[in-house]
Amino acid sequence: MPDQLLFAIEVTLNGLMAGVLYALVALGFVLIFKASGIFNYAQGVMALFAALTLVGIMDGQVPFEHLINAVFGTDIHGFGWEVPALLAILLTMVVMIAFAWAVNWIVLRHLVGQEPIILFMATIGLAYFLEGLGDMMWGADIKTLDVGLPQGINTTIDEATFNMFGYGFFIDNLDITATIIAAVLVAVLVAFSQYTKQGRALRAVADDHQAALSVGISLNFIWVLTWSIAGFVALVAGIMWGAKSGVQFSLSLIALKALPVLMLGGFTSIPGAIVGGLIIGVGEKLFEFLVGPLVGGATENWFAYVLALIFLVFRPQGLFGERIIERV
Amino acid sequence: MKKTLTTLALGATLAAGPALAELTFPSLSYRTGPYAANGIPFADGYADYFAMLNERDGGIGGERINMIECETGYNTEKGVECYEATKGEGALVYQPLSTGITYQLIPRVSADGIPMHTLGYGRTSASNGEVFPWVFNYPATYWDGASVAIKYLLDENGGDLSGKKIALVYHNSAYGKEPIRTLTELSEEHGFELLELPVDHPGQEQKSQWLQIRRERPDNVIMWGWGVMNQVAIQEAVNIRYPMDQFIGIWWSGSENDVRPAGEGADGYKALNFHAVGSDFELYDDLEEYVWSKGNAAGAGDQHGTVLYNRGLYAAMIAAEGARKAQEIHGTSAITPAMMRDGLEQLEMTEESMAELGLAGFGPTFSASCENHGGSGRAAINQWNASEGKWEVLTDYIQSDQELIARLVQEDSMAYAEENNIELACQ
Repeated sequence: MPDQLLFAIEVTLNGLMAGVLYALVALGFVLIFKASGIFNYAQGVMALFAALTLVGIMDGQVPFEHLINAVFGTDIHGFGWEVPALLAILLTMVVMIAFAWAVNWIVLRHLVGQEPIILFMATIGLAYFLEGLGDMMWGADIKTLDVGLPQGINTTIDEATFNMFGYGFFIDNLDITATIIAAVLVAVLVAFSQYTKQGRALRAVADDHQAALSVGISLNFIWVLTWSIAGFVALVAGIMWGAKSGVQFSLSLIALKALPVLMLGGFTSIPGAIVGGLIIGVGEKLFEFLVGPLVGGATENWFAYVLALIFLVFRPQGLFGERIIERV
Repeated sequence: MKKTLTTLALGATLAAGPALAELTFPSLSYRTGPYAANGIPFADGYADYFAMLNERDGGIGGERINMIECETGYNTEKGVECYEATKGEGALVYQPLSTGITYQLIPRVSADGIPMHTLGYGRTSASNGEVFPWVFNYPATYWDGASVAIKYLLDENGGDLSGKKIALVYHNSAYGKEPIRTLTELSEEHGFELLELPVDHPGQEQKSQWLQIRRERPDNVIMWGWGVMNQVAIQEAVNIRYPMDQFIGIWWSGSENDVRPAGEGADGYKALNFHAVGSDFELYDDLEEYVWSKGNAAGAGDQHGTVLYNRGLYAAMIAAEGARKAQEIHGTSAITPAMMRDGLEQLEMTEESMAELGLAGFGPTFSASCENHGGSGRAAINQWNASEGKWEVLTDYIQSDQELIARLVQEDSMAYAEENNIELACQ
């Protein structure tokens, strides 16, 4: 097999894996938009906050440590214990559920019935607040996240492809793990929405929240539930991205990677987020591989948006989005 | 009533404002945002040094130091706002810690007559004092950094790089592109192939670049990164099993923040630096005695001895010594920005002067002049020891190719002078 073809296959596989990571971020946006019509600008910061909280709990850090020391003149440096990863993840989920409840109680319930742009603006404020809160609670230093996920080249694939083609493919173990986790996550989300009472209520609100209210479904409960699930998805995304780069404040910028995925896959479809992520991942990586060297490289950021725009021209609602038909 | 209120307001303003004879040093810092992890240690070091001078010496030459901190968030627009908000306070020198902000401030400081010192960053050709009389970038510039990296590799390869392949992984911005011209010239001179690999901001996804490195197997990788780009690049290098001792970062890719997330895998990674690492200096005793032990450490006080904390100390030390030199030249302790410029222009850092400051061997020796605002252009190579969790100094300060750098600086700065109708100084 020609070298260029082998390289292209390797790039495609890595593109698919990168796409899964983009899709993980996009999923959080989709969940909230589907249930409440809110484009949650804070989704990237939620991933950051969840990851910061997870590391803080694992390392036994005292929340607001710097603030407490500055105000009371104390010299607190952590609880002096370490929390196992699984327990820390559960505790972080409790924090994210509390956060979802607070967002609903303090912000969203006052904005029911407002224009989508108002709700969007509220999430912008929320994003900046959450970033500041994360900074005050856990500090701005870069934190190493180790929840035991494997990283580095998968030697089995490397050796197998080397024996077959004389060139070993690089596939990152972390990407393989992310793919498995994303698949499980989507399966659980689909099962939840299809087979549980709360899931069906969530779908009812997504379809028509006025009708849902009329049959006794609590909008407050559904919104808290949705934001909690989005918080869980944000935690998963935060773990995956944080394992690559350490947990730091630029983690909130991963939201930028989700936007073309949403444009392409549609804002209301979970499968759309996954398929959109895969298309964007493969598309940008292949474009960089084939065309990047001719135009000086660094094409991935803008090409992802070009690709999404091309799809939008033909399907304005996105690949899996709901078609909007307004009859006069 | 209205008059009384006006008088009260005026009185309050005067009381809150700095005393006229104070020496004002603005600190354009970033303690928030995506680059906060790097901005905090630098800002802490900068603040602690001035606090120490105030406590130990009563300031500089008998004048207390007034340090005004302004948060830029590493955002160019906010940086310019900070400049405009603080310049009226009698600011003596600006150190914006951002190449983007530097580019925006160059015309402003030149028009306002306030010096700017960009310590190892900013516009390289601003080292030509004839064209940029208000800008200083000693002790070394980006082009010096590129040259030093190649000189080190020449040394490692028996003086011959012909037929070698060197990849440059760089932040796709004005900052990241700075070394390309120098490296291109050096590749022609020494016969190595230069592979340019730009990484888009912020650099969280670099799979394409590192797959290409894995395919093309360059002999060395040089990195010009900042923030998350550094951590991801080092992790990706570990993932593809690129030999870490063949991977060299510029001094902005060589802090503890950059290597720690990759754990043991980062062991052996190298980076340039133009100042010492660690805390084994007499100055640290004074910092402990006059600042930290009194609970006055800047920030959380947990950055002491890190690379970027030391860089903040170094930046403040240069500013303070510039002010001291200005006081000496003009025979007054209450110096103006114009006098400060003279001080910075005649600054000389010798082994003796650094030892007197409690910083023996902390940085390369250099002397500025009207023409040379870039210093001696020397930098050392550090290597990360992951098991001990510290940087180790691998070489002495290596001299950059001054002939080449001088020619490039001359070409670029003269083109700028012509474009902007700048009359040359030092005539």
